[in-house]
Amino acid sequence: MLSERVLGILSDSFFRILIPGLTVTIPLTVISFSLALVIAIIVALIQFAKVKILKDIARFYVWVIRGTPLLVQLFVVFYGLPNVGILIDPFPAAVIVFAINEGAYCAETIRAGLEAVPYGQMEAGECVGMSYMQIMRRILLPQALRISFPTLANSVISMIKDTSLAANITVTEMFMATQRIVARTYEPLALYIEVGLIYLVFCTVLTRLQRYGEKKLGRYRI
Amino acid sequence: MILSIKDIKKSFGEQNVLNGISLDVEKGDVVALLGPSGSGKTTLLRCMNCLETPDSGVMEFAGNSYNLSALSSREKASIRKRTGFVFQNFNLFRNKTALENVTEGLIVVRKMNRKEAVEKAEETLEKVGMASWASHYPFELSGGQQQRVAIARAIAADPEIVYFDEPTSALDPELAGEVLSVMKMLAEEGMTMVVVTHAMDFARNVSKHVIFMEHGVVVERGKTEKLFSDPEEERTRAFLRLEEI
Ligand SMILES: Nc1ncnc2c1ncn2[C@@H]1O[C@H](COP(=O)(O)OP(=O)(O)OP(=O)(O)O)[C@@H](O)[C@H]1O
Ligand SMILES: [Mg+2]
Repeated sequence: MLSERVLGILSDSFFRILIPGLTVTIPLTVISFSLALVIAIIVALIQFAKVKILKDIARFYVWVIRGTPLLVQLFVVFYGLPNVGILIDPFPAAVIVFAINEGAYCAETIRAGLEAVPYGQMEAGECVGMSYMQIMRRILLPQALRISFPTLANSVISMIKDTSLAANITVTEMFMATQRIVARTYEPLALYIEVGLIYLVFCTVLTRLQRYGEKKLGRYRI
Repeated sequence: MILSIKDIKKSFGEQNVLNGISLDVEKGDVVALLGPSGSGKTTLLRCMNCLETPDSGVMEFAGNSYNLSALSSREKASIRKRTGFVFQNFNLFRNKTALENVTEGLIVVRKMNRKEAVEKAEETLEKVGMASWASHYPFELSGGQQQRVAIARAIAADPEIVYFDEPTSALDPELAGEVLSVMKMLAEEGMTMVVVTHAMDFARNVSKHVIFMEHGVVVERGKTEKLFSDPEEERTRAFLRLEEI
């Protein structure tokens, strides 16, 4: 199976797959996930603080996003919105969808983290004279993020693989690059395994980063 | 009179927990608040520090008058700025070191600069015998050590009054001793304190006044010596007899 021809194709294609990985897949993941975290923290705070109408909006958002497939969301934004005159380029469209999608999941993670912080922490902050927002920013949220960290890290690892779905809306990320090479060379087995291995390497690095992060954060225990 | 409370009432649903409690505290006074479990001691302290909103009650404190059942957040802030609170289970900020637990309020609430705050915090930790543990996180400290840091946090900003809610009941006798001796020292320095406690030795030897409450009312109050040696009420006598065992 690993004829010289296949080996040649694999080595020729390696950089042509890796480079979109480094220039598209990773930036797509990093940008989307950063935005997702911002969304998630805001949504989690709204739910935690039980602000009436905003809370309903937040719950509606989480409900819709978690209840519909990511692929459908990508198609709605990229192929659907032009119908109402909203045209978005593939990469930004992917960023928007991934951020909004991941934001809903991470919001639940962070909300659970906030709820896991004992209520005494909030009261201690109040007794010291801090305002709600000060307590949130300096005491509760850091602890909640510490609690959520493993789950959030897990989400990033999931997300880097999910970015392959962006191929469906013409984003030339790693997987799309591989598909193109397959179309020319007719070596799907070898090439798809190759791209799979590259994803595996990316995720392995992320797992290492997660461990490192946990160790760093582990200076205090929750 | 630094603190004066009139007629605090508080119920949780059907249950009346405080049935009109009044209370005066002089500057430099140490008041021990005694009573059986469920008599409303914690609730009373929490109402005085706005952790709980009573159904009614007014408070004169440090020259201002407050309607405790309808405090604005500005009023709450002004009350808390001048009070300290020590919890039964310490409640140290788990993501902060001992030192940071003390500097937090100084920097964030009092707007001290960092250097000043650190100096003040180190001085306060020294006072409670925790200076050499400044860089440790709460989980690295024993219960008694955590409680001493919590006391440092409560007194660092020189409050007018400090409330203690059973500060030693989560501790072994030995660890309780080190916390009680810190509190004794504060009392001798003239700190105004209201202490809910089951530590009868402390009440007897350190407090100047005792308030005995039950079912949300004050049964008896008076000077410590008088109340311990010759209580007026049969209920007080029975309670003290039980606690002595
Ligand atoms: N948040 C709350 N919700 C409902 N009931 C409460 C609440 N807090 C206190 N109670 C009730 O109020 C009563 C008085 O409670 P409190 O904690 O003030 O008593 P205590 O004198 O401090 O008792 P202990 O010595 O056991 O600490 C109890 O019956 C308790 O169940
Ligand atoms: Mg109590």
